[in-house]
Amino acid sequence: MNHFAPVALDVARIRQDFPILTQTVRGKPLVFLDSAASAQKPRAVIDAMVTAMETQYANVHRGLHWMSERTTEAYEATRDDVARLLNAADRAEIVFVRNSTEAINLVAYSYGRGVLKPGQAVLISAMEHHSNIVPWQMLRDERGIELRVAPITDAGELDMAAFELLLADGKVGLVAITHMSNVLGTYTPAARIVQIAHAHGAKVLLDGSQAVVHRRVDVQALGCDFYAFTGHKLYGPTGIGVLWARRELLEAMPPFMGGGDMISSVSYERSTWAAVPHKFEAGTPAILEGIGLGAAIHYVEAIGYDAIAAHEQALTEHAILRLSAIDGLTILGHAQDRGGVVSFTLANAHAHDVATLLDRSGIAVRAGHHCAEPLMHRFGIESTARASFAIYTTPAEIDFLADALVRVREFFA
Amino acid sequence: MSFDVCDLYQEVILEHGRYPRHAGRPPRHDATARGDNPMCGDRVEIFLSYAPDGRIADARFDARGCAISIASADLMVDAVAGLAPDDARRIFSRFEDMARTGACPDGDAMMEPLRPLAGVHAYPSRVKCATLPWHTLMAALEGGGQATSE
Ligand SMILES: Cc1ncc(COP(=O)(O)O)c(C=O)c1O
Repeated sequence: MNHFAPVALDVARIRQDFPILTQTVRGKPLVFLDSAASAQKPRAVIDAMVTAMETQYANVHRGLHWMSERTTEAYEATRDDVARLLNAADRAEIVFVRNSTEAINLVAYSYGRGVLKPGQAVLISAMEHHSNIVPWQMLRDERGIELRVAPITDAGELDMAAFELLLADGKVGLVAITHMSNVLGTYTPAARIVQIAHAHGAKVLLDGSQAVVHRRVDVQALGCDFYAFTGHKLYGPTGIGVLWARRELLEAMPPFMGGGDMISSVSYERSTWAAVPHKFEAGTPAILEGIGLGAAIHYVEAIGYDAIAAHEQALTEHAILRLSAIDGLTILGHAQDRGGVVSFTLANAHAHDVATLLDRSGIAVRAGHHCAEPLMHRFGIESTARASFAIYTTPAEIDFLADALVRVREFFA
Repeated sequence: MSFDVCDLYQEVILEHGRYPRHAGRPPRHDATARGDNPMCGDRVEIFLSYAPDGRIADARFDARGCAISIASADLMVDAVAGLAPDDARRIFSRFEDMARTGACPDGDAMMEPLRPLAGVHAYPSRVKCATLPWHTLMAALEGGGQATSE
Protein backbone atom coordinates (compact mmCIF):
# COMPACT_ATOMS: atom_id res chain seq x y z
CA MET A 1 0.00 0.00 0.00
CA ASN A 2 1.29 3.42 -0.74
CA HIS A 3 -0.64 6.59 -0.13
CA PHE A 4 2.34 8.82 -0.26
CA ALA A 5 2.78 11.98 -2.12
CA PRO A 6 6.48 12.57 -2.62
CA VAL A 7 7.90 14.82 0.07
CA ALA A 8 11.19 16.57 0.31
CA LEU A 9 12.38 14.52 3.23
CA ASP A 10 14.85 11.70 2.75
CA VAL A 11 13.94 9.35 5.60
CA ALA A 12 16.61 6.82 4.73
CA ARG A 13 19.28 9.47 5.10
CA ILE A 14 17.76 10.88 8.24
CA ARG A 15 17.70 7.43 9.81
CA GLN A 16 21.46 7.22 9.35
CA ASP A 17 21.78 10.26 11.59
CA PHE A 18 20.23 8.38 14.53
CA PRO A 19 22.66 5.76 15.82
CA ILE A 20 20.06 4.05 18.01
CA LEU A 21 17.92 3.08 15.04
CA THR A 22 20.36 0.34 14.11
CA GLN A 23 19.71 -1.41 17.41
CA THR A 24 17.73 -4.61 17.58
CA VAL A 25 15.20 -5.36 20.32
CA ARG A 26 14.63 -8.99 21.24
CA GLY A 27 16.40 -9.90 18.03
CA LYS A 28 14.16 -7.72 15.88
CA PRO A 29 14.82 -4.33 14.32
CA LEU A 30 13.71 -1.51 16.60
CA VAL A 31 10.45 0.06 15.46
CA PHE A 32 10.32 3.12 17.66
CA LEU A 33 6.83 4.59 17.71
CA ASP A 34 7.12 6.37 21.06
CA SER A 35 8.76 9.63 20.05
CA ALA A 36 6.00 11.73 21.60
CA ALA A 37 7.21 10.53 24.99
CA SER A 38 10.81 11.31 24.12
CA ALA A 39 12.51 11.45 20.75
CA GLN A 40 15.75 9.73 19.78
CA LYS A 41 18.91 11.79 19.36
CA PRO A 42 20.77 12.49 16.14
CA ARG A 43 24.53 12.14 15.96
CA ALA A 44 24.82 15.94 15.76
CA VAL A 45 23.35 16.33 19.25
CA ILE A 46 25.44 13.54 20.71
CA ASP A 47 28.60 14.96 19.15
CA ALA A 48 27.91 18.50 20.29
CA MET A 49 27.65 17.38 23.89
CA VAL A 50 30.64 15.06 23.77
CA THR A 51 32.78 17.63 21.98
CA ALA A 52 31.92 20.24 24.56
CA MET A 53 32.97 17.91 27.37
CA GLU A 54 36.14 16.92 25.58
CA THR A 55 37.31 20.29 24.36
CA GLN A 56 35.45 23.21 25.79
CA TYR A 57 33.86 23.02 29.17
CA ALA A 58 33.66 25.17 32.28
CA ASN A 59 30.94 26.85 34.28
CA VAL A 60 29.11 29.62 32.49
CA HIS A 61 28.55 33.31 33.27
CA ARG A 62 31.19 33.20 36.02
CA GLY A 63 34.72 32.59 34.93
CA LEU A 64 36.99 35.23 33.56
CA HIS A 65 39.02 32.56 31.85
CA TRP A 66 39.05 31.31 28.30
CA MET A 67 37.22 28.04 28.91
CA SER A 68 34.36 29.71 30.74
CA GLU A 69 34.03 32.38 28.08
CA ARG A 70 33.90 29.83 25.25
CA THR A 71 31.41 27.65 27.13
CA THR A 72 29.24 30.65 27.90
CA GLU A 73 29.26 31.59 24.21
CA ALA A 74 28.23 28.09 23.15
CA TYR A 75 25.51 27.88 25.77
CA GLU A 76 24.18 31.36 25.11
CA ALA A 77 24.18 30.70 21.37
CA THR A 78 21.34 28.28 22.03
CA ARG A 79 19.29 31.17 23.39
CA ASP A 80 19.64 32.77 19.98
CA ASP A 81 18.73 29.48 18.33
CA VAL A 82 15.57 29.20 20.39
CA ALA A 83 14.67 32.83 19.75
CA ARG A 84 15.00 32.17 16.02
CA LEU A 85 13.07 28.88 16.27
CA LEU A 86 10.11 30.56 17.96
CA ASN A 87 10.55 33.89 16.19
CA ALA A 88 10.81 35.66 19.53
CA ALA A 89 11.29 39.41 19.36
CA ASP A 90 14.07 39.41 21.90
CA ARG A 91 16.56 36.77 23.07
CA ALA A 92 16.03 37.94 26.65
CA GLU A 93 12.55 36.45 26.42
CA ILE A 94 14.00 32.93 26.35
CA VAL A 95 14.22 31.39 29.82
CA PHE A 96 15.99 28.06 30.13
CA VAL A 97 14.35 25.56 32.44
CA ARG A 98 14.54 21.79 32.86
CA ASN A 99 11.49 20.84 30.82
CA SER A 100 7.94 21.89 30.00
CA THR A 101 6.79 20.92 33.45
CA GLU A 102 9.19 23.37 35.03
CA ALA A 103 8.27 26.07 32.52
CA ILE A 104 4.59 25.77 33.44
CA ASN A 105 5.38 25.64 37.15
CA LEU A 106 7.49 28.76 36.75
CA VAL A 107 4.51 30.60 35.29
CA ALA A 108 2.15 29.18 37.94
CA TYR A 109 4.54 30.31 40.64
CA SER A 110 5.82 33.65 39.43
CA TYR A 111 2.89 34.86 37.36
CA GLY A 112 0.21 32.96 39.26
CA ARG A 113 1.33 34.01 42.72
CA GLY A 114 2.99 37.28 41.75
CA VAL A 115 0.54 38.82 39.31
CA LEU A 116 -2.82 36.98 39.39
CA LYS A 117 -5.10 37.89 42.27
CA PRO A 118 -7.44 35.74 44.37
CA GLY A 119 -10.83 35.79 42.72
CA GLN A 120 -9.32 35.57 39.26
CA ALA A 121 -9.39 32.31 37.31
CA VAL A 122 -7.10 30.16 35.17
CA LEU A 123 -8.74 28.43 32.23
CA ILE A 124 -7.33 25.15 30.90
CA SER A 125 -8.85 22.62 28.51
CA ALA A 126 -10.10 19.06 28.93
CA MET A 127 -7.14 17.69 26.97
CA GLU A 128 -4.22 18.81 29.07
CA HIS A 129 -1.20 16.85 30.19
CA HIS A 130 -0.98 16.56 33.99
CA SER A 131 1.83 19.10 33.88
CA ASN A 132 -0.67 21.70 32.71
CA ILE A 133 -3.27 20.73 35.30
CA VAL A 134 -1.56 20.10 38.60
CA PRO A 135 0.38 23.40 38.90
CA TRP A 136 -2.92 25.28 38.50
CA GLN A 137 -4.64 23.08 41.05
CA MET A 138 -1.87 23.86 43.49
CA LEU A 139 -2.27 27.55 42.73
CA ARG A 140 -6.03 27.29 43.24
CA ASP A 141 -5.68 25.53 46.58
CA GLU A 142 -3.05 27.92 47.83
CA ARG A 143 -4.28 31.24 46.49
CA GLY A 144 -7.99 30.93 45.88
CA ILE A 145 -7.54 31.30 42.15
CA GLU A 146 -10.35 29.46 40.42
CA LEU A 147 -9.54 26.69 37.94
CA ARG A 148 -11.86 26.35 34.97
CA VAL A 149 -11.82 23.62 32.36
CA ALA A 150 -12.99 24.21 28.79
CA PRO A 151 -14.72 21.13 27.37
CA ILE A 152 -13.79 19.36 24.17
CA THR A 153 -16.01 17.73 21.57
CA ASP A 154 -16.24 14.00 20.90
CA ALA A 155 -13.91 14.56 17.95
CA GLY A 156 -11.33 15.84 20.40
CA GLU A 157 -11.44 19.50 19.45
CA LEU A 158 -11.78 22.45 21.76
CA ASP A 159 -15.43 23.48 22.11
CA MET A 160 -14.93 27.10 21.04
CA ALA A 161 -18.39 28.31 22.05
CA ALA A 162 -18.00 26.89 25.54
CA PHE A 163 -14.48 28.24 25.70
CA GLU A 164 -15.63 31.76 24.96
CA LEU A 165 -18.47 31.46 27.45
CA LEU A 166 -16.02 30.54 30.20
CA LEU A 167 -14.20 33.82 29.54
CA ALA A 168 -17.33 35.93 29.48
CA ASP A 169 -17.31 37.14 33.09
CA GLY A 170 -13.86 38.64 32.65
CA LYS A 171 -12.41 36.80 35.65
CA VAL A 172 -10.02 34.63 33.70
CA GLY A 173 -6.55 36.11 33.99
CA LEU A 174 -4.74 33.32 32.19
CA VAL A 175 -5.63 30.70 29.62
CA ALA A 176 -3.20 27.77 29.81
CA ILE A 177 -3.78 25.35 26.99
CA THR A 178 -2.00 22.77 24.92
CA HIS A 179 -0.92 23.69 21.41
CA MET A 180 -1.09 20.02 20.42
CA SER A 181 -2.56 17.18 22.47
CA ASN A 182 -0.13 14.39 23.30
CA VAL A 183 -3.04 11.92 23.28
CA LEU A 184 -5.45 13.01 20.57
CA GLY A 185 -2.96 14.67 18.26
CA THR A 186 -5.26 17.68 18.07
CA TYR A 187 -3.70 21.02 17.18
CA THR A 188 -5.66 23.70 18.98
CA PRO A 189 -6.55 26.85 17.02
CA ALA A 190 -3.96 28.81 18.96
CA ALA A 191 -4.22 32.13 17.13
CA ARG A 192 -7.99 32.22 17.59
CA ILE A 193 -7.70 31.18 21.21
CA VAL A 194 -5.33 34.07 21.78
CA GLN A 195 -7.63 36.53 20.03
CA ILE A 196 -10.63 35.51 22.10
CA ALA A 197 -8.67 35.37 25.35
CA HIS A 198 -7.12 38.78 24.80
CA ALA A 199 -10.52 40.25 23.96
CA HIS A 200 -11.57 39.13 27.44
CA GLY A 201 -8.47 40.43 29.14
CA ALA A 202 -6.73 37.08 29.65
CA LYS A 203 -3.13 36.21 28.87
CA VAL A 204 -2.36 32.94 27.09
CA LEU A 205 0.18 30.23 27.87
CA LEU A 206 0.60 27.60 25.18
CA ASP A 207 2.03 24.20 26.09
CA GLY A 208 4.06 23.55 22.96
CA SER A 209 5.68 20.31 24.14
CA GLN A 210 4.28 18.37 21.20
CA ALA A 211 3.49 21.15 18.75
CA VAL A 212 6.98 22.51 18.30
CA VAL A 213 8.24 19.11 17.20
CA HIS A 214 6.03 18.91 14.16
CA ARG A 215 5.42 22.41 12.88
CA ARG A 216 7.00 25.81 12.76
CA VAL A 217 5.95 27.92 15.73
CA ASP A 218 5.92 31.71 15.52
CA VAL A 219 5.04 33.20 18.88
CA GLN A 220 4.62 36.67 17.43
CA ALA A 221 2.21 35.46 14.77
CA LEU A 222 0.32 33.40 17.33
CA GLY A 223 0.17 36.42 19.58
CA CYS A 224 0.46 34.35 22.75
CA ASP A 225 2.09 35.53 25.98
CA PHE A 226 3.89 32.40 27.20
CA TYR A 227 5.13 29.39 25.26
CA ALA A 228 6.61 26.28 26.86
CA PHE A 229 8.46 23.36 25.35
CA THR A 230 10.82 20.60 26.34
CA GLY A 231 14.11 19.77 24.61
CA HIS A 232 14.01 15.99 24.72
CA LYS A 233 10.99 15.70 22.46
CA LEU A 234 12.67 17.94 19.87
CA TYR A 235 15.55 15.48 19.36
CA GLY A 236 17.55 17.27 22.04
CA PRO A 237 18.78 16.04 25.41
CA THR A 238 16.77 15.69 28.59
CA GLY A 239 17.15 18.28 31.32
CA ILE A 240 16.68 21.35 29.14
CA GLY A 241 13.45 23.10 28.29
CA VAL A 242 12.27 26.55 27.39
CA LEU A 243 9.84 29.13 28.63
CA TRP A 244 9.31 31.98 26.23
CA ALA A 245 7.39 34.95 27.61
CA ARG A 246 6.88 38.55 26.60
CA ARG A 247 9.58 40.67 28.11
CA GLU A 248 7.25 42.99 29.98
CA LEU A 249 5.60 39.98 31.62
CA LEU A 250 8.92 38.51 32.68
CA GLU A 251 9.94 41.86 34.06
CA ALA A 252 6.76 42.15 36.10
CA MET A 253 7.09 38.66 37.54
CA PRO A 254 8.98 37.87 40.75
CA PRO A 255 11.79 35.29 40.53
CA PHE A 256 10.99 31.58 40.67
CA MET A 257 13.99 30.29 42.62
CA GLY A 258 16.68 32.15 44.48
CA GLY A 259 20.39 31.52 44.29
CA GLY A 260 23.45 32.19 42.24
CA ASP A 261 23.27 33.67 38.74
CA MET A 262 19.84 35.23 39.29
CA ILE A 263 20.97 38.19 41.37
CA SER A 264 22.38 41.58 40.70
CA SER A 265 23.65 42.09 44.23
CA VAL A 266 23.24 40.34 47.55
CA SER A 267 23.53 41.61 51.07
CA TYR A 268 21.98 40.17 54.21
CA GLU A 269 19.43 42.96 54.19
CA ARG A 270 18.40 42.74 50.60
CA SER A 271 19.16 41.28 47.22
CA THR A 272 18.36 42.66 43.83
CA TRP A 273 17.56 40.58 40.82
CA ALA A 274 19.47 40.13 37.62
CA ALA A 275 17.86 41.30 34.40
CA VAL A 276 15.63 38.91 32.49
CA PRO A 277 16.01 36.12 31.58
CA HIS A 278 18.71 35.46 34.21
CA LYS A 279 16.37 36.48 37.02
CA PHE A 280 14.64 33.14 36.38
CA GLU A 281 17.75 31.02 35.98
CA ALA A 282 19.08 30.37 39.46
CA GLY A 283 22.08 28.13 39.85
CA THR A 284 24.40 26.45 37.36
CA PRO A 285 22.25 25.65 34.36
CA ALA A 286 22.14 22.51 32.22
CA ILE A 287 25.16 23.67 30.24
CA LEU A 288 25.79 20.59 28.13
CA GLU A 289 22.10 20.02 27.59
CA GLY A 290 21.73 23.62 26.46
CA ILE A 291 24.52 23.09 23.95
CA GLY A 292 22.83 19.86 22.84
CA LEU A 293 19.51 21.63 22.37
CA GLY A 294 21.23 24.15 20.11
CA ALA A 295 22.51 21.30 17.95
CA ALA A 296 19.03 19.77 17.84
CA ILE A 297 17.52 23.03 16.66
CA HIS A 298 20.13 23.37 13.92
CA TYR A 299 19.41 19.80 12.89
CA VAL A 300 15.65 20.36 12.69
CA GLU A 301 16.08 23.65 10.86
CA ALA A 302 18.36 22.05 8.29
CA ILE A 303 15.63 19.54 7.45
CA GLY A 304 13.03 22.27 7.55
CA TYR A 305 9.60 22.37 9.10
CA ASP A 306 7.83 22.24 5.74
CA ALA A 307 9.33 18.87 4.96
CA ILE A 308 8.85 17.65 8.53
CA ALA A 309 5.19 18.66 8.62
CA ALA A 310 4.48 17.11 5.21
CA HIS A 311 6.23 13.87 6.14
CA GLU A 312 4.39 13.52 9.44
CA GLN A 313 1.07 14.48 7.93
CA ALA A 314 1.46 11.71 5.35
CA LEU A 315 2.48 9.21 8.04
CA THR A 316 -0.47 10.14 10.22
CA GLU A 317 -2.94 9.79 7.37
CA HIS A 318 -1.42 6.45 6.48
CA ALA A 319 -1.62 5.28 10.09
CA ILE A 320 -5.24 6.33 10.47
CA LEU A 321 -6.12 4.53 7.26
CA ARG A 322 -4.33 1.32 8.22
CA LEU A 323 -5.40 1.25 11.88
CA SER A 324 -9.03 2.16 11.36
CA ALA A 325 -9.32 -0.81 8.99
CA ILE A 326 -8.62 -3.16 11.91
CA ASP A 327 -11.70 -4.79 13.37
CA GLY A 328 -12.31 -3.77 16.97
CA LEU A 329 -9.77 -0.96 16.90
CA THR A 330 -11.00 2.49 17.88
CA ILE A 331 -8.96 5.62 17.34
CA LEU A 332 -9.37 8.25 20.02
CA GLY A 333 -9.83 11.71 18.56
CA HIS A 334 -10.67 12.79 15.05
CA ALA A 335 -9.64 16.39 14.96
CA GLN A 336 -9.48 18.11 11.60
CA ASP A 337 -6.13 19.61 12.40
CA ARG A 338 -3.84 17.03 13.93
CA GLY A 339 -0.22 16.03 14.35
CA GLY A 340 1.66 12.77 14.42
CA VAL A 341 0.22 10.84 17.35
CA VAL A 342 -2.50 8.22 17.14
CA SER A 343 -4.08 6.78 20.29
CA PHE A 344 -6.29 3.74 20.10
CA THR A 345 -8.03 1.02 22.01
CA LEU A 346 -8.52 -2.55 20.91
CA ALA A 347 -11.64 -4.47 21.89
CA ASN A 348 -10.94 -7.29 24.37
CA ALA A 349 -7.35 -6.24 24.88
CA HIS A 350 -6.06 -3.90 27.53
CA ALA A 351 -3.57 -1.31 26.30
CA HIS A 352 -0.81 -2.86 28.43
CA ASP A 353 -1.32 -6.26 26.94
CA VAL A 354 -1.26 -4.68 23.49
CA ALA A 355 2.00 -2.88 24.26
CA THR A 356 3.63 -6.00 25.67
CA LEU A 357 2.75 -8.04 22.59
CA LEU A 358 3.94 -5.29 20.26
CA ASP A 359 7.16 -5.04 22.23
CA ARG A 360 7.76 -8.72 21.52
CA SER A 361 7.77 -7.76 17.85
CA GLY A 362 10.29 -5.00 18.48
CA ILE A 363 7.64 -2.27 18.31
CA ALA A 364 7.76 0.42 21.01
CA VAL A 365 4.47 2.17 21.70
CA ARG A 366 3.25 3.86 24.83
CA ALA A 367 0.32 2.47 26.79
CA GLY A 368 -1.49 3.96 29.73
CA HIS A 369 -3.17 7.24 30.52
CA HIS A 370 -0.38 9.32 28.97
CA CYS A 371 -0.34 11.68 31.94
CA ALA A 372 -3.84 12.78 30.97
CA GLU A 373 -6.20 10.95 33.30
CA PRO A 374 -9.02 13.49 33.12
CA LEU A 375 -8.92 13.24 29.34
CA MET A 376 -9.19 9.45 29.52
CA HIS A 377 -12.22 9.82 31.78
CA ARG A 378 -13.74 12.30 29.35
CA PHE A 379 -13.84 9.47 26.84
CA GLY A 380 -14.93 6.90 29.43
CA ILE A 381 -11.72 4.87 29.25
CA GLU A 382 -8.71 4.29 31.45
CA SER A 383 -5.94 3.88 28.99
CA THR A 384 -4.98 3.70 25.35
CA ALA A 385 -2.05 2.54 23.32
CA ARG A 386 -0.37 5.33 21.41
CA ALA A 387 1.83 5.30 18.34
CA SER A 388 3.68 8.51 17.66
CA PHE A 389 5.75 9.54 14.69
CA ALA A 390 8.95 11.43 14.11
CA ILE A 391 11.19 12.51 11.26
CA TYR A 392 12.78 9.04 11.20
CA THR A 393 9.49 7.10 11.08
CA THR A 394 8.77 5.21 7.85
CA PRO A 395 5.47 4.10 6.31
CA ALA A 396 6.82 0.55 6.42
CA GLU A 397 7.01 0.80 10.21
CA ILE A 398 3.36 1.78 10.34
CA ASP A 399 2.46 -1.18 8.12
CA PHE A 400 4.46 -3.37 10.48
CA LEU A 401 2.48 -1.99 13.41
CA ALA A 402 -0.84 -2.53 11.66
CA ASP A 403 0.03 -6.12 10.77
CA ALA A 404 1.13 -6.81 14.33
CA LEU A 405 -2.10 -5.31 15.69
CA VAL A 406 -4.14 -7.71 13.60
CA ARG A 407 -2.26 -10.55 15.26
CA VAL A 408 -2.73 -8.98 18.72
CA ARG A 409 -6.43 -8.87 18.09
CA GLU A 410 -6.47 -12.53 17.11
CA PHE A 411 -4.43 -13.38 20.18
CA PHE A 412 -7.02 -11.91 22.53
CA ALA A 413 -10.05 -12.84 20.44
CA MET B 1 0.85 -18.44 18.50
CA SER B 2 2.34 -15.60 16.54
CA PHE B 3 3.98 -13.84 19.46
CA ASP B 4 6.82 -15.14 21.49
CA VAL B 5 5.02 -14.55 24.78
CA CYS B 6 4.01 -18.05 25.90
CA ASP B 7 5.99 -17.47 29.08
CA LEU B 8 3.73 -14.56 30.02
CA TYR B 9 0.35 -15.22 28.49
CA GLN B 10 -0.14 -18.84 29.35
CA GLU B 11 -3.52 -20.33 28.53
CA VAL B 12 -4.52 -20.25 32.22
CA ILE B 13 -3.87 -16.53 32.34
CA LEU B 14 -5.74 -15.73 29.18
CA GLU B 15 -8.62 -17.83 30.45
CA HIS B 16 -8.79 -16.21 33.91
CA GLY B 17 -8.17 -12.79 32.39
CA ARG B 18 -11.10 -13.21 30.07
CA TYR B 19 -13.52 -15.07 32.31
CA PRO B 20 -12.63 -14.33 35.93
CA ARG B 21 -14.61 -16.48 38.37
CA HIS B 22 -14.45 -14.23 41.39
CA ALA B 23 -15.15 -10.86 39.84
CA GLY B 24 -18.00 -8.76 41.14
CA ARG B 25 -19.11 -6.81 44.16
CA PRO B 26 -20.69 -8.95 46.86
CA PRO B 27 -23.86 -7.69 48.59
CA ARG B 28 -21.99 -7.54 51.89
CA HIS B 29 -18.41 -7.77 53.06
CA ASP B 30 -16.39 -7.49 56.26
CA ALA B 31 -13.35 -5.74 54.85
CA THR B 32 -12.40 -4.00 51.66
CA ALA B 33 -9.50 -2.13 50.15
CA ARG B 34 -8.74 -0.44 46.90
CA GLY B 35 -5.47 -0.62 45.01
CA ASP B 36 -4.26 1.76 42.35
CA ASN B 37 -1.42 1.61 39.93
CA PRO B 38 -0.71 5.29 39.37
CA MET B 39 1.49 4.48 36.39
CA CYS B 40 -1.36 3.22 34.28
CA GLY B 41 -4.62 4.04 36.04
CA ASP B 42 -5.43 0.41 36.75
CA ARG B 43 -7.47 -0.26 39.84
CA VAL B 44 -8.65 -3.20 41.88
CA GLU B 45 -11.03 -3.40 44.81
CA ILE B 46 -11.07 -6.43 47.07
CA PHE B 47 -14.00 -7.45 49.28
CA LEU B 48 -13.48 -9.99 52.05
CA SER B 49 -15.86 -11.81 54.30
CA TYR B 50 -14.55 -13.65 57.33
CA ALA B 51 -15.66 -16.92 58.87
CA PRO B 52 -16.40 -16.88 62.63
CA ASP B 53 -12.94 -18.32 63.30
CA GLY B 54 -11.27 -15.47 61.46
CA ARG B 55 -10.45 -17.29 58.25
CA ILE B 56 -11.12 -15.72 54.87
CA ALA B 57 -14.49 -17.22 53.98
CA ASP B 58 -14.87 -15.55 50.64
CA ALA B 59 -13.22 -12.92 48.51
CA ARG B 60 -14.39 -11.05 45.47
CA PHE B 61 -12.82 -8.33 43.40
CA ASP B 62 -13.82 -5.57 41.08
CA ALA B 63 -10.99 -4.64 38.76
CA ARG B 64 -10.22 -2.63 35.76
CA GLY B 65 -6.96 -3.65 34.27
CA CYS B 66 -5.01 -5.83 31.92
CA ALA B 67 -5.21 -9.58 31.46
CA ILE B 68 -2.34 -10.11 33.87
CA SER B 69 -3.87 -8.14 36.73
CA ILE B 70 -7.32 -9.69 36.34
CA ALA B 71 -5.94 -13.21 36.11
CA SER B 72 -3.70 -12.57 39.09
CA ALA B 73 -6.64 -11.33 41.17
CA ASP B 74 -8.72 -14.34 40.19
CA LEU B 75 -5.99 -16.86 40.94
CA MET B 76 -5.25 -15.08 44.19
CA VAL B 77 -8.81 -15.52 45.40
CA ASP B 78 -8.61 -19.23 44.61
CA ALA B 79 -5.40 -19.39 46.59
CA VAL B 80 -6.48 -17.56 49.75
CA ALA B 81 -10.11 -18.59 50.18
CA GLY B 82 -10.40 -20.57 53.38
CA LEU B 83 -7.05 -19.44 54.74
CA ALA B 84 -6.27 -17.69 57.99
CA PRO B 85 -4.98 -14.14 57.34
CA ASP B 86 -1.45 -15.04 58.45
CA ASP B 87 -1.33 -17.88 55.95
CA ALA B 88 -2.49 -15.54 53.21
CA ARG B 89 0.31 -13.14 54.18
CA ARG B 90 2.83 -15.95 53.91
CA ILE B 91 1.65 -16.83 50.41
CA PHE B 92 1.83 -13.18 49.46
CA SER B 93 5.48 -13.00 50.36
CA ARG B 94 6.23 -16.16 48.36
CA PHE B 95 4.21 -14.78 45.46
CA GLU B 96 6.16 -11.54 45.51
CA ASP B 97 9.42 -13.46 45.43
CA MET B 98 8.20 -15.50 42.51
CA ALA B 99 7.06 -12.45 40.55
CA ARG B 100 10.45 -10.85 41.10
CA THR B 101 12.70 -13.82 40.46
CA GLY B 102 10.62 -16.13 38.31
CA ALA B 103 11.36 -19.05 40.64
CA CYS B 104 8.40 -20.99 41.94
CA PRO B 105 9.32 -23.43 44.73
CA ASP B 106 8.75 -27.03 43.65
CA GLY B 107 6.39 -29.14 45.69
CA ASP B 108 4.68 -26.11 47.22
CA ALA B 109 1.03 -27.03 46.84
CA MET B 110 -0.15 -23.53 47.71
CA MET B 111 2.05 -21.90 45.10
CA GLU B 112 1.52 -24.40 42.33
CA PRO B 113 -1.71 -22.82 40.99
CA LEU B 114 0.04 -19.45 40.93
CA ARG B 115 3.01 -20.72 38.95
CA PRO B 116 1.62 -19.51 35.58
CA LEU B 117 2.30 -15.96 36.79
CA ALA B 118 6.01 -16.61 37.31
CA GLY B 119 6.60 -15.41 33.75
CA VAL B 120 6.02 -11.76 34.69
CA HIS B 121 9.49 -11.56 36.17
CA ALA B 122 10.86 -11.25 32.62
CA TYR B 123 8.67 -8.16 32.04
CA PRO B 124 9.71 -5.64 34.69
CA SER B 125 7.02 -3.16 33.70
CA ARG B 126 4.36 -5.82 34.21
CA VAL B 127 5.36 -7.19 37.62
CA LYS B 128 3.14 -4.60 39.28
CA CYS B 129 0.16 -5.76 37.28
CA ALA B 130 0.49 -9.15 38.96
CA THR B 131 1.24 -7.89 42.47
CA LEU B 132 -1.34 -5.08 42.73
CA PRO B 133 -4.23 -7.44 43.70
CA TRP B 134 -2.01 -8.95 46.41
CA HIS B 135 -1.02 -5.59 47.84
CA THR B 136 -4.69 -4.70 47.90
CA LEU B 137 -5.56 -7.94 49.66
CA MET B 138 -2.94 -7.18 52.28
CA ALA B 139 -4.45 -3.72 52.80
CA ALA B 140 -7.90 -5.30 53.22
CA LEU B 141 -6.49 -7.75 55.79
CA GLU B 142 -4.97 -4.83 57.68
CA GLY B 143 -8.44 -3.40 58.00
CA GLY B 144 -8.91 -1.65 54.69
CA GLY B 145 -7.80 1.46 52.96
CA GLN B 146 -5.63 2.14 49.98
CA ALA B 147 -2.81 0.26 48.40
CA THR B 148 -0.67 1.26 45.50
CA SER B 149 1.69 -0.69 43.35
CA GLU B 150 4.44 1.85 44.01
C1 LIG C 1 1.54 18.06 25.93
C2 LIG C 1 2.62 17.83 26.94
N1 LIG C 1 2.82 18.72 27.91
C3 LIG C 1 3.80 18.57 28.82
C4 LIG C 1 4.64 17.49 28.79
C5 LIG C 1 5.69 17.39 29.85
O1 LIG C 1 6.97 17.39 29.33
P1 LIG C 1 8.19 17.18 30.33
O2 LIG C 1 7.92 15.87 31.01
O3 LIG C 1 9.40 17.14 29.49
O4 LIG C 1 8.17 18.30 31.29
C6 LIG C 1 4.47 16.53 27.80
C7 LIG C 1 5.31 15.33 27.70
O5 LIG C 1 5.39 14.45 28.51
C8 LIG C 1 3.44 16.71 26.85
O6 LIG C 1 3.24 15.81 25.89
